[in-house]
Amino acid sequence: MYDGKRVRPAYAKLLDWVESTSPEALSQKQRQAEALFRRIGITFAVYGEGGDTERLIPFDMMPRVFTEYEWRRLERGVKQRARALNAFLYDVYHRAEITRAGIIPADLVFRNEAYEPAVVGIDPPAGVYSHIVGIDLVRTGPEEFFVLEDNCRTPSGVSYMLENREIMMRMFPDLFRATRIAPVDDYPDRLRRTLASVAPASCEGQPVSVLLSPGAFNSAYYEHSFLADQMGIELVEGQDLFVQGDFVYMRTTEGPRRVHVIYRRLDDSFLDPLCFRPESMLGVPGLMNVYRSGGVAIASAPGAGVADDKAVYIYVPEMIRFYLGEEPILKNVQTWKCADPSDRKFVLENLADLVVKEVHGSGGYGMLVGPKSTKEQVAAYAERIKGDPAAFIAQPTLALSTCPTFVDEGLAPRHVDLRPFCLVGREVHLCPGGLTRVALKEGSLVVNSSQGGGVKDTWVLAD
Amino acid sequence: MRLSVRHTTIYRFDAPMRFVTQSHRLTPSTCASQRIVAWEVGAEGAVFGASFVDGAGDRVTTMTVEGPVERIDVTVTGEVETIDAAGVLRGHREIISPRTYLRPTQRTKANGALGELAAEALAAAGEEGDLGRAHLLAAAVAEAIAYAPGTTEAHTTAAEALEQGRGVCQDHAHAMIALAQSVGMPARYVTGYLLTGGEEGMGEASHAWAELHVEGLGWVGFDPANRCCPDDRYIRLGSGRDALDAAPIRGVSRGGGTEAMDVTVVVAAQQ
Repeated sequence: MYDGKRVRPAYAKLLDWVESTSPEALSQKQRQAEALFRRIGITFAVYGEGGDTERLIPFDMMPRVFTEYEWRRLERGVKQRARALNAFLYDVYHRAEITRAGIIPADLVFRNEAYEPAVVGIDPPAGVYSHIVGIDLVRTGPEEFFVLEDNCRTPSGVSYMLENREIMMRMFPDLFRATRIAPVDDYPDRLRRTLASVAPASCEGQPVSVLLSPGAFNSAYYEHSFLADQMGIELVEGQDLFVQGDFVYMRTTEGPRRVHVIYRRLDDSFLDPLCFRPESMLGVPGLMNVYRSGGVAIASAPGAGVADDKAVYIYVPEMIRFYLGEEPILKNVQTWKCADPSDRKFVLENLADLVVKEVHGSGGYGMLVGPKSTKEQVAAYAERIKGDPAAFIAQPTLALSTCPTFVDEGLAPRHVDLRPFCLVGREVHLCPGGLTRVALKEGSLVVNSSQGGGVKDTWVLAD
Repeated sequence: MRLSVRHTTIYRFDAPMRFVTQSHRLTPSTCASQRIVAWEVGAEGAVFGASFVDGAGDRVTTMTVEGPVERIDVTVTGEVETIDAAGVLRGHREIISPRTYLRPTQRTKANGALGELAAEALAAAGEEGDLGRAHLLAAAVAEAIAYAPGTTEAHTTAAEALEQGRGVCQDHAHAMIALAQSVGMPARYVTGYLLTGGEEGMGEASHAWAELHVEGLGWVGFDPANRCCPDDRYIRLGSGRDALDAAPIRGVSRGGGTEAMDVTVVVAAQQ
């Protein structure tokens, strides 16, 4: 929020408001916000955070603010990355020029758990594999953003972005009147149009899209029903769909209705028992065959996960140069691969200063934050790395930016990250806002809600 | 040689099913060793659709039957002209990278014993190159797993088959894949038909073997069960990472009943 000693202009109006409001009134507002969330019942786990326990993620009413100028650069960077990731997916499921050119090791792609042989050779409409790309970013300086990870499968949390904004608007109508904040509420409509834009060529007339959910027991079910409702499309489960002939149909009271686009919030392995896990009751038998023969579009494509693998991440800047012929706008965090002997040596020697993650892990579980760990924890982790080096990568601890946050003692700086949502169809669109996650524990760098993180509204102010 | 095939699979349900959906890998593709003269897959009352050629060059077709379903007869009839290509797969159009076949499945995962078997088999090897090494691995599998129908099941893994030392062609193929992958050679599961000619120990007309990717040659078939490479008695149907992935018929039926399945395969040489 502060630029040296000066309050960053973006925050000026906000700070005026905070200063003119009594501490009692502020904490009352905070309680009001929490009550609103509880009433809506927005309790779900953010994608990849593991565990199905429903919980209320703490909401902090101090928004994170970007100027339009700051945002424009970030937007170009995110869109660039989303385009490169999709180009990579198309390539690795076709001729794999990038491995032939020796830019990415072939084994990292073809032996990857997330590489899906069943989609090799498919040409999805518009060549898009990942239709919703969530890029997790941190800021380390005024012009410096680093990408922590890419999410190409089904990044969730977007309902938080929308609900956070709605609650903020309800609670602080004056602030919204006094400031020009870019709206995010057209996201569902943009998503609906993105889905429609990738309907298969065989679709005549208005495409029918559905949201395929694993059902009410899934921790993100709230988001599934929320998004389907906002988009005005059907929320379905596997048993509501069936395959016949060349197409997929939805059972309706008026009889079968052809479905053109499936926005699935179901993992690859459950999608179709005839192609993946045979015991899956959540999927649609034959769906993959219809997909592979061009009768339906699936967003995001099965196998899209190979692009957001933590070991593949290292090569994203190279992907941008290779496919787009551009210099990457957003930086990657320097990453050491423990599989590599010299990297491993460096990591083990500097473990106390590094952040170490499991290659296939997510949600902040199983990671080591060197500077925040005891000697014993560091030593124990070193043994884990030695036991299976290829399963770990290491990164430097970044000087993450902080954002004013309400805590028990009042307003205090807390570390934040940002997940903006990029839609990729026939056009690429970045929603001006996103999910800001905040580490509520003082000094903590881990923003995952499972590890004591909360969320904030994210504002992009018009210049 | 000209081979004729008649392959019938009859499904009977003790209570009518609401619907049945199947994915078929039941159509052989043309390659240097086989030319399809005639081929037909049918089932009364079924709808066929969603057909495509996958990355490995196999024709896949979808079949659905709307309920109530009590019985389905899937019949395959065809004639194929074959020549002996010493197991080498040539003229087969596929775009998938052979390196994807270095990744084991739950059924082909090599455990310590499989790894040791591979190491022992290759211990005596000189400068054979991939092809020689593949032959040594095939011989080791044939030695280690005796042909004994009825001793293993559909979900038996390569490790389990080796441990009990007995199995059928599926187990031989899985073990072969495990051994090959453990020494860094891509390997995959192949299904097909075999003219057994009533020979003792040749197994059944519905057969499975393994293909290994040999540097410079490409995919080469090995049939450890019969201690040979596929020749003109073999028709190659399709491939996959293991028996489940390559299955000629993969199906799901929904409803209250239980399923009984009868398979008859007759392969004959035409005069």
